Amino acid sequence: MLIKKPAKIPTSELTSETAFINRRSFLKKQAILGSGLWGAGLLGSAQAGLQPDDSLTPENVVTSYNNFYEFGTGKGDPVQYAHEMNTDPWTVKVSGEANKTGRYAFEDVVKGLDVEERIYRFRCVEAWSMVVPWNGVALRDILRQFEPKTSAKFVEFKTLVRPSEMRGQRAVFQSIDWPYTEGLRLDEAYHPLAIMALGVYGKDLPNQNGAPWRLMVPWKYGFKSVKSIVGIHFTSKQPRNSWNVLAPHEYGFYANVNPAVSHPRWSQASERRLPSSVFNPNRRPTLPFNGYAEEVAGLYEGMDLAKFY
Amino acid sequence: MQTHLTVVLSKTAFFAALSTPLAWLVWQIAIEIEAPTTALGADPGEAIVHFLGVWALRFLLLAFAISPIQKLMQQPVVGRLRRMAGLYAFAYALLHLAAYLFFFLEFEWEALLEDFVKRTFITVGLVALICLTPLAVTSTLGWQRRLRRNWKRVHLLVYPAIAFALIHLYWLTRDGFAEVVLYSVFFLFLVGFRWVKR
Repeated sequence: MLIKKPAKIPTSELTSETAFINRRSFLKKQAILGSGLWGAGLLGSAQAGLQPDDSLTPENVVTSYNNFYEFGTGKGDPVQYAHEMNTDPWTVKVSGEANKTGRYAFEDVVKGLDVEERIYRFRCVEAWSMVVPWNGVALRDILRQFEPKTSAKFVEFKTLVRPSEMRGQRAVFQSIDWPYTEGLRLDEAYHPLAIMALGVYGKDLPNQNGAPWRLMVPWKYGFKSVKSIVGIHFTSKQPRNSWNVLAPHEYGFYANVNPAVSHPRWSQASERRLPSSVFNPNRRPTLPFNGYAEEVAGLYEGMDLAKFY
Repeated sequence: MQTHLTVVLSKTAFFAALSTPLAWLVWQIAIEIEAPTTALGADPGEAIVHFLGVWALRFLLLAFAISPIQKLMQQPVVGRLRRMAGLYAFAYALLHLAAYLFFFLEFEWEALLEDFVKRTFITVGLVALICLTPLAVTSTLGWQRRLRRNWKRVHLLVYPAIAFALIHLYWLTRDGFAEVVLYSVFFLFLVGFRWVKR
């Protein structure tokens, strides 16, 4: 493990009882976890970036307050309509600058890979945030299976397009050009903090959270972490990402959480930690790289982050 | 006497109708206090701000629709409801502003200044509210008498108020423009109707 950082918080405060109880169904289904992995050893390494006052966002909030425009633009739309999406079978198309390309069954891609719990701060560009216990696989372990060529500098991900099961894709007056597309520089994708999440709170990922797997890059705004992925494309050129296509002055390619770069819609200096309440908006200052500066700032050395936002 | 009763009854019914969204919101907030996140979701502040803003715009459009409706229905009583609709729209807009100041800014005035300068959708929202303020202040019969013909001129501010409110909504919408398109078409239809029937 490269993420070496002492635990700031006792494990008991981080993993809720439900997560411990619920882990069984997940473990059985994936059947790839060693028995000790869930324990304190790995949790310690998964705590990079967490702040002393971070506590887990309750599961019902994580799975009912989502941006997944394929199912509608309301935060409650995904939980209401995502069940219409069929995720079995799930095929992933791998293309571009790699030795192993073609169509793969999702199960084959993740088979044999270690699933770890990663408790990550999650910061949406809309100035709200959560702390989420994901169960995921290191992104680089996934990508390296396809043997990217040296010419590959970026990786692009695409979400499923299936209007018959995704009502947001049938909506009028919506302007995203499906499929929803996101990308990373390959060295970002290989960073040990970048994962592909297969589960949350010890269970398989619910559809509204991007089943069967989604990207999770904790130092970037949430829109980077593309859901329900069916396409992985290795390329030498920087891919265009959906929100950047739609509003280039608002959303960049990098999308690193940065309180110093304000946004035309939301001040990024602070965030509302969810759940908030009618008495308390639960505002707190936003941290550079969402609290992961120590781990990831090196990726952007010498870059003007105000320009490459 | 019959007419008077009609006016009283329509006003009471209208009052109840205009108060309903606010009553519903208060009820949802009461549920939230008892059982957090069950009524207004994980981010109740955002839900409250949005709800109040949308209803301010809807009631503003309703107030704007009343003169044409009155002309079509030939019912003078309808015209007496316009002020109430307008004042309610103003009240919802003020609550919308107050909710935004509390939930999004926690009354940090510097943050408001930054929003006003840097975020144009906030700027136009505040401009819309500023346009509405003299309309609310001069809504009384006393002001109507005092201003005479100028009263109508002052109240032409309703046009920019609605237009800025629509731009405010359009600019804050990330995607899914059906709602703002619907309101805008309705507004343009009403403007067209006035222009034709002038």
